[in-house]
Formats: sequence, C-alpha cells, structure tokens
Amino acid sequence: MPSPRYRREMPQRYRLEAAKCNQCGKEFFPPRLICSGCGAKEFETTKLGNTGKIVTFTTIRVAPDNFATQVPYNVAIVETDNGVRVTTQVVDCKPEVLKIGQKVKFMFRKLYTEGHTGIICYGYKAVPL
Amino acid sequence: MRDIAVVGIGMTKFGELWQQSLRDLFVEAAMKAIDDAGVDHIDSMYVGSMTPGLFVGQEHIGALMADYLGAAPVPAMRVESACSSGGMALRAGFFEVASGYSDIVLVGGVEKMNDGADVTYALATAADQEYEVYQGVTFPGLYALIARAHMHAYGTTHEQLAAVSVKNHKHGMMNPNAQFPREITRDQVLKATVIADPLTILECSPVSDGAACAIIAPIEIAKKLGKPVIKIIGTGAATDTIALHARADITTLNAVKQSAMAAFKMAGKQPKDIDLAEVHDCFSIAEICIIEDLGFTEKGKGGEFTEKGHTGISGQIPVNTSGGLKSKGHPVGATGIAQVVEVTEQLRGTAGKRQVKDAKVALTQNMGGSGASSVVHIFQKEV
Repeated sequence: MPSPRYRREMPQRYRLEAAKCNQCGKEFFPPRLICSGCGAKEFETTKLGNTGKIVTFTTIRVAPDNFATQVPYNVAIVETDNGVRVTTQVVDCKPEVLKIGQKVKFMFRKLYTEGHTGIICYGYKAVPL
Repeated sequence: MRDIAVVGIGMTKFGELWQQSLRDLFVEAAMKAIDDAGVDHIDSMYVGSMTPGLFVGQEHIGALMADYLGAAPVPAMRVESACSSGGMALRAGFFEVASGYSDIVLVGGVEKMNDGADVTYALATAADQEYEVYQGVTFPGLYALIARAHMHAYGTTHEQLAAVSVKNHKHGMMNPNAQFPREITRDQVLKATVIADPLTILECSPVSDGAACAIIAPIEIAKKLGKPVIKIIGTGAATDTIALHARADITTLNAVKQSAMAAFKMAGKQPKDIDLAEVHDCFSIAEICIIEDLGFTEKGKGGEFTEKGHTGISGQIPVNTSGGLKSKGHPVGATGIAQVVEVTEQLRGTAGKRQVKDAKVALTQNMGGSGASSVVHIFQKEV
C-alpha cells in the first residue's frame, strides 16, 4: 500500500475517529462527506467507544496471501456502545469462546506485513472482555 | 422504450480451462451466440468482467474482444459491477436497444480466474478495501457472517444451508456445461473442509474460467429470426452499502429486494408469476437470503423452504436449474449472462433433462460483493 494511502486512514485505524452528522446525529465510521441519512454535509469529529458487542462472527481458515500465516483467525462485526458497526478481528481467544452478544474492547495491534518489502500495517482489533 | 428479446445465446463450458485464454473464452461464447441468433452483424457490444486486470493483467477488454471477434470497429466497452458485471452488461445493452440507438447488441461476460492470481485477494476487492479487507475478511468470510446472523435470527440450520448445495449439484448433473456435474450428499457438505465457519468448501462457488454471451434485438427483428421469441419484460438494479457491517439488518439483501421490486413493477409481475429463477448462489446462505428477498418465501423461512424441496426442478419455484454458481461454476463476470443462457433454454423448451414443464416466465438475479449491487431481469416467452 503506498504510504500516503496508509497515512490517510491513520486517524481511523489508530484513534477510531468517527464523524457525527450535525443535522441528524447519525454517526459514521469512517467519516463521510455526505450524510447517507439526511444528506447534510457538516460533521463533528467524534471517537468510537472503546467497547462493543459481537453482532455476528466467523473464523477465517483460507486467507489472502497477506494474511496466510495468521489462519485461523476470527472476524466479527462489532457494534460499539454508540451504535456504530465495524468489521474487526477478534484476538487473544479461541474460536469456541465467541458468541453473539459477547462484549469486546478494541486494542491497537499489528494487522499484517505487506509482501516482502512493504510496510507493517497497524490498526484496531477486538479482544473479548 | 422498444420491446426487446433475447435472440441468441452461447456459452463455453465452465471449469479449469487451461487451454483457453481470456479472449479465446469470450470469442467462443460470442460466436456461438451469433450463430444461434443467425444474425450477420452486431451493432455494438458490452463485456461484463469483474477484474481481468488482477486475474490476467489485462484491462481494456471491450476493445480486445471486439478485435478478436472480428467485430471492430463496432463500439465496445467493459461493464464492471463485481460479480454482477454480466447482469449489468445485459442492462446496459438493453437500454441501448430500447432507446432505438442500436438494433442488434451483443452482451457478454467473461472471467479467467485460473491463471495463477491470488483469487481470494482479487475477489475481496469487491468488498470495502479499507474497512473490511484490511482486517483480513474474505468473501467466504462475509457470507459466513451473514450465515451466522441468519441462523441466530431465524433458527436456520446448517443442514438447511447444505440443502442448497445438494439441490444445485443435483441440477448441475444435468448440465453439460457445468464445472462440477456430480451429486453430493448433505453429510459430504457438512463434513467438508471449513473455509469460514460455518461455511464449508461445498457451500462455496468454485474458482472458474468461462464466458457466456447473448444477442438482444427489438421484437420485430426477433420475430423474423425464426426461434421462439423470449422477451425481456423487466429490468431492475439497485445498490446497498459496500460494507456488510453498515447495514441495519445483516440478513437482508436490500439491493436484491429493491432491484426485484423495480423489475417486477416494470414487468407487471409478482413473485408468484415466476416459473423458474436463476439466482446468485455464490454461497449456500446467499441463495437462502435471495429467495426470501425476491419474495418467493417469507423472510427467515428460506432454509425450511429449500429443505422441503420447493426450489427443486419439480418444486413450487425451481431455483438454479442450471446447477447455479455452485455446481455450474462461477467465472464471476460471466455468471449474469450464463443465467440468461439458462432461462432462455428453459423458455425455449430446449433445456433437456433440466426442463421445467410449461415454463413461460423466468427471472435472473445477479449480485455483486456481499450484496452491494444486484440486478434482476424478467423474461417471458411470447406466445
């Protein structure tokens, strides 16, 4: 991934920065330029809550090359306490302990190393509470 | 808008076709469709393909295919909407003929997936690259997330999901173009290698090479060509959030619902009027959600409906008589047009052992990504 592209997403991947529509209050992660709820264009920068619960989950057993050494790994859709949903890996646990409704918190982790000469990619992952 | 009919169809066998290149596949299907139609020229062409750039390093395939088909200088362009590229190519061609700008248009789809690319990565580019794929999500993974949510919300069982694969393989056995024309059992599905829990490899459509083409023309021309006239009476397309997680209900494919509503409205038909449907069963759970969202059964009842055999060839609403993506194969860009090939055969009454009795109205549904795009067409045999 070219470094400008990586850098652009850092506020979200490193700090969970979201955007809340000034007009209707709908919150977006990642931020958008136009609210898909009401069409307004003014937003306030917010932060996703640090905890949430699992809406649905799976364990990936066949992965793309960048993630091939990590299999099996868990992926879930997590709803944060303020109602925003994200897709995230769920780590530091065995697949068997996952369940819908499971509480998790977000941690800052390494995601993958890009190819042989690429950058190391970081971001959020969830850990069961 | 002018009334339009499918006047010619052609497809390659689907599978691991090591002897044929991207262009060979498309030209074979296109020649078959042109021969089938009995037309002496085409006015323009649309080529549906998801990512020939990633699969074989080739873009600009509208011009490439027109050149190798010997059709240049006719206008040609590629249409891309992930796995619904083929269906969207038909829609693009439909409007060109409907507007009166062109008379005879070739709409096709092609994908060459078995040439050594990282297929899991290439397919995942149809998801949100920054907020899904970055986390290591794959397409089987996204549909597994839908499956788990559907099982939780409606009590759908893994056995019911497996029934989709078993049924589609049973149909595919009768399709000479199918990649895997063989019977599988429920136990084989359930005990197969897990790709993304709970989905096993026998619930995932395969990696395939192949192409399919159709020729469309105004009804007046169709009537002169001497084959049964298969009218396209409805087209509908819709979109949804690119990321699965951004949807209020993970188990509802809203683009499928919306595209179906638009096509039904245009055709003046309802789900109960449909005699057979080809739908986008890229994963077992996809067919369950789709038959619900098309309105063939109630939301949440798709598993039970399938398990009871209502979607079999002699069932209430035969679904995927071709074998579907699972058994026939899924060269992604070709799939939407391969669905048209099947329903045209069925409505002409030339589907052989797969023939649905007295089929008059058929529907195709082709989907991109985890359901961020969907395109539906409705066909009717002119009597």
